[in-house]
Amino acid sequence: MARGDSGLKVDRRKFLTGVAVAGAAGTVAPHAADATPAASAAAARLPSALPPTAQTIAAETGTPDIPPYSQHGRPGSDFMVDVIKTLDIKYLPANPASSFRGIHESLIDYGGNKQPEFLTCMHEESAVGMAHGYFKVAGKPLMTLVHGTVGLQHASMGIYNAFCDRVPVIIMGGTDLDAAYRPPGVPTVHSAQDINAMVRDYTKWDDTPVSAQHFAQSFVRAYKIATTPPYGPVMLALDAGLQQEPIEDHGQKLYIPKYVKGAPPQGEMGAVREAARLLVNAERPVIVADRAINTTQGIKLLVQLAELLQAPVVRQRGRLNFPTTHYLSRPAGVIRQADVILGLELSDYWATVNGFVDNNEHGVGMNESHIKPGTKLISLGNHDLMTKSNYQEFQRFQSVDLQMAGDVEATLPSLIEAVKSALTSDRKAAIERKIEANKKAWQKGRDNTHQLAAIAWDASPISTARLVMETYNQVKDLDWSMAVESGNTSNWARRLLPMDKHYHWTGSSGGYGVGWGSPAAVGAALANRDEGRFTVNFQGDGDLMYAPGVLWTAARHKIPLLTVMHNNRGYHQEVMHVQRLANFRNRVAYLGNDMAPIGTSIQNPDVEYHKLAESMGWWAKGPIKDPAELGPALKEAVVVVKSGQPALLNVWTQPR
Amino acid sequence: MHRQIVRVALAAAVAGAFLGFNPAFAAGDAARGKLQFVKHGCWQCHGFRGQGSVASSGGKVLAPDPLPWEAFSAFVRSTNRAMPPFSEKILPNRDLEDIYAYLQSVPKTADYKSIPLLAQ
Repeated sequence: MARGDSGLKVDRRKFLTGVAVAGAAGTVAPHAADATPAASAAAARLPSALPPTAQTIAAETGTPDIPPYSQHGRPGSDFMVDVIKTLDIKYLPANPASSFRGIHESLIDYGGNKQPEFLTCMHEESAVGMAHGYFKVAGKPLMTLVHGTVGLQHASMGIYNAFCDRVPVIIMGGTDLDAAYRPPGVPTVHSAQDINAMVRDYTKWDDTPVSAQHFAQSFVRAYKIATTPPYGPVMLALDAGLQQEPIEDHGQKLYIPKYVKGAPPQGEMGAVREAARLLVNAERPVIVADRAINTTQGIKLLVQLAELLQAPVVRQRGRLNFPTTHYLSRPAGVIRQADVILGLELSDYWATVNGFVDNNEHGVGMNESHIKPGTKLISLGNHDLMTKSNYQEFQRFQSVDLQMAGDVEATLPSLIEAVKSALTSDRKAAIERKIEANKKAWQKGRDNTHQLAAIAWDASPISTARLVMETYNQVKDLDWSMAVESGNTSNWARRLLPMDKHYHWTGSSGGYGVGWGSPAAVGAALANRDEGRFTVNFQGDGDLMYAPGVLWTAARHKIPLLTVMHNNRGYHQEVMHVQRLANFRNRVAYLGNDMAPIGTSIQNPDVEYHKLAESMGWWAKGPIKDPAELGPALKEAVVVVKSGQPALLNVWTQPR
Repeated sequence: MHRQIVRVALAAAVAGAFLGFNPAFAAGDAARGKLQFVKHGCWQCHGFRGQGSVASSGGKVLAPDPLPWEAFSAFVRSTNRAMPPFSEKILPNRDLEDIYAYLQSVPKTADYKSIPLLAQ
């Protein structure tokens, strides 16, 4: 319905679907019958020479029907809410915008603000990041709403992270498609022919529904596509008119398609059996897992496979994948000795078996192989089922000997059975003889790691190893989740802490877009809150400052989260990059008055993150520079978080 | 060719040092070296105590117990690994010697088993 133009009744839905628009007089005919007394009196005064039709009178003198949709039936966006409610979407983090005001109002007033519950965000990137972090813990997608152009532009980095990390997020962008009837000015500036084009390169699917029924099909389809491995974000453009128009009776009853969860793709059985044969007969098989395992049950499956083969497991950064406490957990160095490598959902197989050294006289770096000649490479993963062209997250091409396109967790049971079938008694005995050596190697590695953690234990700024251990000491008796880590704490949490559940550590952002850590932590904490878990995140300083408003969202919606700042007062990766280039060019890096090259420090003035958090309703303390003060401060903060409130400690740390 | 020369020189320096050939060098000033360690950006990858990080040789550390001087200085001047080389122009010899003195002054690390949080 053309809003604010009661005299010209154009059915926008019909316009969008290509149906010829009826004449204005015809469309207003129903209103003539309902003409107000004032309109009837006006008709009586018309000259008789040119008698107007009743429709013309109504068109020229009728009372504006405000709001038009309330007089003609249910708003389209009410039906949209009905559709959304058939699916399991608990929350909707979003920043408000006029282009989706129709569905916004329906969600909170018609839908009762439940399933999904609207969570007020201060940046679209925060909203998507929250959905991202939520999925990693809960295993269920959230949806968000964004303003069609500028809001989607804000959200785009978060969407790219979700795409790279293979995480489902349902994004709906409001846009006002009808140029003839949309409000001029800002709403038109914020509309586009095809908002989805902006993120098409890094979403799994998108659509622009043009009718209520089309919306029902598209939303259920979007949910299904997003939640069928390989997971990924999906995008729907949502016309403002479609949200606000009444649902018209075309003689066909609207229906909501039933969602049925799709079975994930599995590796082809012939290939699975060949993989099992190679692994069983290998002398030094190694398993490398990246974005492979999304559930605690999946972690148990991988333990089963690793123990059957006595294969060391290298945990890359995509997910936890494998218990840190298991004696087969190993650092990446074991890859150099492998004769068969099983790569599970590797985001970068090339860099798993090769190295790149950013240092030579030509300034282009050096490549070097990390594996022995003849090493057999096996790949299992979904990545070949969702490859796009423009953005290069697919990394360098790596030839492998056996490729299986399929979901890791779905394929592991078959692979385990195939390995059991391939194990002869001789091979089984030979493999079992490795157990003691593997346990000793693990203990040796653990001792070495702990000794490294002891270095600079009393240093100020506080060492990242101590940061992690002091924090763990305060939460170890709880059902804890160190869900998200931003900045770089030298992986101490995964190197030192006992982790065996998927939510103990959920992995990196995927696209390495900075600014993800804080919203993802709030999203993870939201999921953990519903399970009664305690959430901690180690929070990079630079990362927080991209969109710190997410702190307010956590306080507003009572999302308990302990944020421990890894405040090294710089964009540290860039600190080192600029230093590197200065060295290559034989120049002294200019520091100005900072400790690091100009443009990379966050100091002078130092950001007082504790005050920032306090201003948005958090309990906070800092800056903490003395390691002896860290434990007591953490103890206080844990009490606050256990009461249901978020708390932040501003800790000055060593660079990494 | 350049890379091979660097590796041979470094290997010789390391071997010589471990075999006891440790030509004297002017002992540096540890206090001044601590300042130079910051000024020249060593802390960026190695931490303020030389404790290292995942960005510096997979957890190997500069201190305590730094490499023998010959290996240390050869590496700093001509590394072609992850660390960029520091020429004498940007890191004068005296500063490097003082940095080395600082690294030597870093006290031994306690056995982790004596630290309750790490021993648990």
